[in-house]
Amino acid sequence: MSLSAEHAASDGDKGTEAGPGEPRVSGRWSAVFREMLATRRVVVGIGLILLLMAAAWIGPLISPWEFTERDFASFREPPSPEHWFGTDNTGKDVFVLTMVGLQKSIVIGLLAALLTTAVAAVVGAFAGYFMGITDKALMWITDLMLVLPSFLILAILYPVLRGQGWLVFVLLLAAFAWMVTAKMVRGMTISLKEREYVHAARYMGVSDTKIIFRHILPNMSSLLIVDATINVSGAIIAETALSYFGFGIQPPDVSLGSLIATGAGQALAYPWMFVFCTGLLIVLVLSANLIGDGLRDALDPQAKSRRR
Amino acid sequence: MTSTDTRTGTQTPVRENRGENTPVLEVSDLFVTFPGAAKAPDVQAVRGVGYELRSGEVLGIVGESGSGKSVSSLATMGLLPPHAEISGSVRLHGEELLGLGDQAMARKRGKAISMVFQDPLSGLTPVYTVGDQIAETVQVHNQALSKGDAAKRAVELLELVGIPNAAQRYRAFPHEFSGGMRQRVMIAIAIANDPDVIICDEPTTALDVTIQAQVLEVLKTAQRETGAAIVMITHDLGVVAGFVDRVLVMYAGRAVEVGDVDDVYYRTRMPYTMGLLGAVPRLDLEERTPLVPIKGNPPSLTALPPGCPYAPRCPLVKDACTESEPALYQVGASTHAAACIRAGEIEENAWTAADIYPLPELPEDAEAAVPRAEREVVLEVNDLIKHHPLMKGAVFKRRVGTVYAVDGITFDIRERETLGLVGESGCGKSSTLMEILSLQAPQRGTVVVLGKQAGGMNARQRFAVRRDLQVVFQDPMSSLDPRMPVFEIIAEPLRTHGHSAPSVRSRVNELLTVVGLEPAHAARYPQEFSGGQRQRIGIARALALDPKLLVLDEPVSALDVSIQAGVINLLEQLKVELGLSYLFVAHDLSVIRHIADRVAVMYLGKIVEIGDVESIYATPAHPYTQALLSAIPVPDPEKERARTHILLEGDLPSPANPPSGCSFRTRCPKFTILDPAEQEACLTTEPGLEPVAGDDQAAACHYAEARVVV
Repeated sequence: MSLSAEHAASDGDKGTEAGPGEPRVSGRWSAVFREMLATRRVVVGIGLILLLMAAAWIGPLISPWEFTERDFASFREPPSPEHWFGTDNTGKDVFVLTMVGLQKSIVIGLLAALLTTAVAAVVGAFAGYFMGITDKALMWITDLMLVLPSFLILAILYPVLRGQGWLVFVLLLAAFAWMVTAKMVRGMTISLKEREYVHAARYMGVSDTKIIFRHILPNMSSLLIVDATINVSGAIIAETALSYFGFGIQPPDVSLGSLIATGAGQALAYPWMFVFCTGLLIVLVLSANLIGDGLRDALDPQAKSRRR
Repeated sequence: MTSTDTRTGTQTPVRENRGENTPVLEVSDLFVTFPGAAKAPDVQAVRGVGYELRSGEVLGIVGESGSGKSVSSLATMGLLPPHAEISGSVRLHGEELLGLGDQAMARKRGKAISMVFQDPLSGLTPVYTVGDQIAETVQVHNQALSKGDAAKRAVELLELVGIPNAAQRYRAFPHEFSGGMRQRVMIAIAIANDPDVIICDEPTTALDVTIQAQVLEVLKTAQRETGAAIVMITHDLGVVAGFVDRVLVMYAGRAVEVGDVDDVYYRTRMPYTMGLLGAVPRLDLEERTPLVPIKGNPPSLTALPPGCPYAPRCPLVKDACTESEPALYQVGASTHAAACIRAGEIEENAWTAADIYPLPELPEDAEAAVPRAEREVVLEVNDLIKHHPLMKGAVFKRRVGTVYAVDGITFDIRERETLGLVGESGCGKSSTLMEILSLQAPQRGTVVVLGKQAGGMNARQRFAVRRDLQVVFQDPMSSLDPRMPVFEIIAEPLRTHGHSAPSVRSRVNELLTVVGLEPAHAARYPQEFSGGQRQRIGIARALALDPKLLVLDEPVSALDVSIQAGVINLLEQLKVELGLSYLFVAHDLSVIRHIADRVAVMYLGKIVEIGDVESIYATPAHPYTQALLSAIPVPDPEKERARTHILLEGDLPSPANPPSGCSFRTRCPKFTILDPAEQEACLTTEPGLEPVAGDDQAAACHYAEARVVV
């Protein structure tokens, strides 16, 4: 162990000594940011997401068709210069539909994933750090949430929340997805809090909450980031499923999920109603994963890329 | 110890016929390179090592971590991963081993050449009994042997390595054995087939000193019984001094000095060896001189400088050193060789480490002259206990016992004083530290830090006391948050205690300079530093708030000797300059002798002896202190050969079930020579700390008696 550790250390030493030795004292986050931008995957991922976002928000504006507009002259027409992605059963322009659906999916996916991971991190870290009664209470809630059938609850709550808009929907998605991660975070916290740097911080008088946010959570950031990226795709897929059964996004509003649901039945006969929304979903999830992957490496000081 | 059924022929008398017979093991020109993955450069772990080992000879290979000592022996055993590129020659009884297939090698391994590994925890398979594991080794090389015979042989071997009740312990699983016992089993496995060569890779590094002494004794017995030649790989110069015949010093993958142990220790010709010997704190030297620090770090094995690899750290470096790498050539005695172009000069002038290494000036502490009683008390611990309940049951927990981690200890530390707290692992030193640092009310007794009683403070007062009480941890890998650059790490205490941003910046730069690092290092992450540098960062963080009392939890035990010396010198210098008091916890008594003013020896949660360093080391009164001191090997071959070690029986009793009366009586050498009437006191009454001879020395023994052991 010591052998390889020494090597790593001396290698690192060599690498940095060769560079210009200017005393650049920057905050940890700016260093992470620079590292992140140096990773090609992240740049590609961010580029793709930005491209998708641009398309989703600008696309409907430049398209000659309105979201609610129907072209009664063409039903189920394949892509043409007039209708870029073709038209659907009721003569709506598939391009505009898909872009509006993409908007919703991006927003719901990102927000729900962020919220899920944040809740999981906070609940897990507090439970694991304080143990005792805090742990008992938080884990009891977690277990309770785990055994609740989320689909049934959503079906029951649906009539009440129908008019509340999609933000409530995001909250609901997040509320039923954080438990497993919280348990993982709790386990990692229990081992992390015995590290000497956590002891050191405690003995210098740093408050417990600060220790959790400054030492414990950053040291499991790779887990959290991977989890968040998985959650992005998870949330989008959950939204699809719920929309499919009529509990999610309500018509006339559309999301990629509801579009896929309607297009799936006619995928062979009229592929343009299915291929575009599915393809965009894949690109969206892929770019989220690329960013997550790169971020994990950028945040991990032990990652190879840093040891130049 | 019983004899074994050693087959004739291998039992050669030790040492007598050295030089007459051909070498058992001949390693020449061994190169090992690990090709770098992807674009990483190759690691040249071993570069042209060669040695000869004759029957019954003990060769010590010494070097710091990363010097290639383990890799070279793994290459000899054919245990390196397939992607390693090995060239050169390894001959066992004249037969070339390099290039042999795994099948052919497997027939040699364990039979003709065997190995004892460093970590007794992972050396044994946890799912088989130790006896079966030994029997397996016997049978695998001797298929004709019946199962029963193999088992019988295994019991004999267990007896040979000193496992009591061998026949019963045959059926024990590895987890039922302590570290020292497991290492004995490893040795039993190694000698099971009367090998001609035993390679011991740091066999005692993971063990406590008293256990180390036992294991070294077992190794000596094993060698006597099998007549095998031993390659002893270690970084401990003390172990080498007493155990080996010849020494090979390795640096950056090469042998830099080789010779008889006396030649290498007393007529050192390579500056690196000199530095290494000078860097070891000595148990046997009274006057306190600064240790020889070797500047810099070992070179990276991926990008070696041209010329002598030691040149960047060498005080005798001259232009010629950086031109080409010097070969080993003979200096003095015919068997003594050193790889230094100035070895001749060193010999002519009879230079020693003190002559060539610039020793740092340790500032004199004028205020330390003030009598102890007149100085302010910074830490007072009175009758402190820490008992952990042992619980059983999942739903309804019930208490089934108590672990007496800390069981009533009392000491105080005055201003500008260093108290060394020593003891073997499991004696409660770390628990004591944690109790003090937590600043919570102890289960019993009192802890008073700078006049403030722990437990009696509110949160604000506790916060204020934290400023004056700081800690440096043992493991420089885990004591620094790997996600934070050094600047943030050192700034954390400052920010927590409300320093403004500009003052934080200047203070961090100042602290980095104080501990001997560059302010430019602040932007780097901890893992870009070597162990010694990381420990300096830890010290800088602890010093940030100008504390009065620094608690040091084994601060140098994870470091190499040459690096350790620099850190110890730094700690001594800081103590004087900043007027600090230290509570220095360590298991290494040599380090304690070097740095401490007073020593407290702990055993099973109690202090068994306390007093000033001079009295304790010169005339220890408690049998445990005597055994501890006597168990430590001194890096001086002549002294070491002349010493007799007091060997303690067995292992540390479980702190959950300490013996009645005196807790040391189960292992006490004195107890065994007392008559039954005298033993009664040890069995029934727990001895208190009673002052002995000197004015500042107290021992917890009914029959305390000063004795010189070093």
